[in-house]
Amino acid sequence: MTVRLFARLRELAGAGELVLEVAAPATVADVWAALAAAHPAVAPYERTMSCAVNEEYARLTTGVRAGDDVAFLPPVSGGAGASDA
Amino acid sequence: MTVPMIAVTGAVLEVAPLAALVSTASSGRPGPGALTTFVGLVRDHHQGREVTHLEYEAYVPLAEKALARILAEAAAEWPDARLAIHHRTGRLGIGEASVVIAAASPHRADAYAASRYAIERIKQIVPVWKHEYFAGGDAWVEGATADPDDEAARAAALAIARG
Repeated sequence: MTVRLFARLRELAGAGELVLEVAAPATVADVWAALAAAHPAVAPYERTMSCAVNEEYARLTTGVRAGDDVAFLPPVSGGAGASDA
Repeated sequence: MTVPMIAVTGAVLEVAPLAALVSTASSGRPGPGALTTFVGLVRDHHQGREVTHLEYEAYVPLAEKALARILAEAAAEWPDARLAIHHRTGRLGIGEASVVIAAASPHRADAYAASRYAIERIKQIVPVWKHEYFAGGDAWVEGATADPDDEAARAAALAIARG
């Protein structure tokens, strides 16, 4: 399973892309659990992150298979300013 | 070169090509009578700190899909409006454009509304992250938990757009 991390999550895990072994059948939640076990610093993001599977937004309950591309995204801040644009 | 309706790019943003793109008349729809352009600029301050520059990071394929979704949502609300959005990535200096939104419509109300809707939705669902650098440090800015299916967030953006 390829796991992509961005922004602060990328920094906390020390890599923007990593490979995790997750036993099948698995969901995105299982992938997150494996990530948090390997990199406990990401754990505080469990309640605020979003996830994507194969470049589409997904849910923690979304099923994943070997070879899938799973991404975890911290809260976003695009546009012209986070709160006061 | 063809200018795309949406882009997430490291290239310097230009307003005129987007304005031309949306305000060109096309068959099968009413011609434009109004054009709005919105340009987000890098501010020199944030929460009392002096900002020196920014870096925008994006999950580009998903960010482009999210922008396409925003165009589709806006088209459903304002069928006669045409919208184009480009978002910058990488290092930006103070005063540089981070996002450009061009909107054209037969009457100005729809162009203003579609443009406002777009910027509100960008801040909600487009996977782009702002890393701020200031005198003595740096910080990631974190706004909304991105969830395109969050109807309450969408309704809030719509309410702002409709004033």
